[in-house]
Amino acid sequence: MPGRDRDAGLQPERTRLAWRRTTLASSVVAVLALRQALRGSGSSAEVAGAAVIVLLWLAFLWVAHRRIGALATGRPQVLGARSALAVVACTVALAAFAVAVIL
Amino acid sequence: MIDFVKDVRLWFAPSRLEDEGDTPDYRFSLANERTFLAWIRTALALVGGGFAVDQFLPDLRWGVRVGMALALLVVGAACALRAVNHWVRCERAMRRHEDLPLSRFPVVLSLGVGLVAVAMVVVVLLGWTSQR
Repeated sequence: MPGRDRDAGLQPERTRLAWRRTTLASSVVAVLALRQALRGSGSSAEVAGAAVIVLLWLAFLWVAHRRIGALATGRPQVLGARSALAVVACTVALAAFAVAVIL
Repeated sequence: MIDFVKDVRLWFAPSRLEDEGDTPDYRFSLANERTFLAWIRTALALVGGGFAVDQFLPDLRWGVRVGMALALLVVGAACALRAVNHWVRCERAMRRHEDLPLSRFPVVLSLGVGLVAVAMVVVVLLGWTSQR
């Protein structure tokens, strides 16, 4: 009976939407990063950089997708520390990529 | 500093977190998770801002442009790392029935963003843009 188990404050739904917003923000950053990576002549280094960005973005989406799935129950488990770390690692890696390209 | 090392260990060993105290109401954990995600979005916005400064302000002098971009990127990365640290500490405090940790980070971040904004105003007013 999912209806009976529903939290009146809609906490799992709000958390799910927070993950959605976060994936949208990461997509914007990934597009900017791709634009930065592919500005030059299209050398193999640029293509490799673009591939890394796409992989980071996919990893971010995958973590979010799994968490959104886990939130689809009445009483979700606590977020795993590994998922939190993965999201942070993707964000820091994008920043590190930007520093490497700009300098 | 030793506390910080302990916190970092907790990032990588979630089972150690579960050893402490007892599981709080899941709604509190979800609220903590949303706060974590809000900080991650803040970090992503700062990193995106760093990319944007570098890509869309080509008229700025090289030093100013790169300095601004680097400042935004470094603060963004710090914001993400701090987000996971704060999330772990809040989760632990809730398990132990302690007060939630206080943090100076929001003030530091606000001052940092304010400084960058003022710097941009000065750059535009003084016309430190390379003429083409």
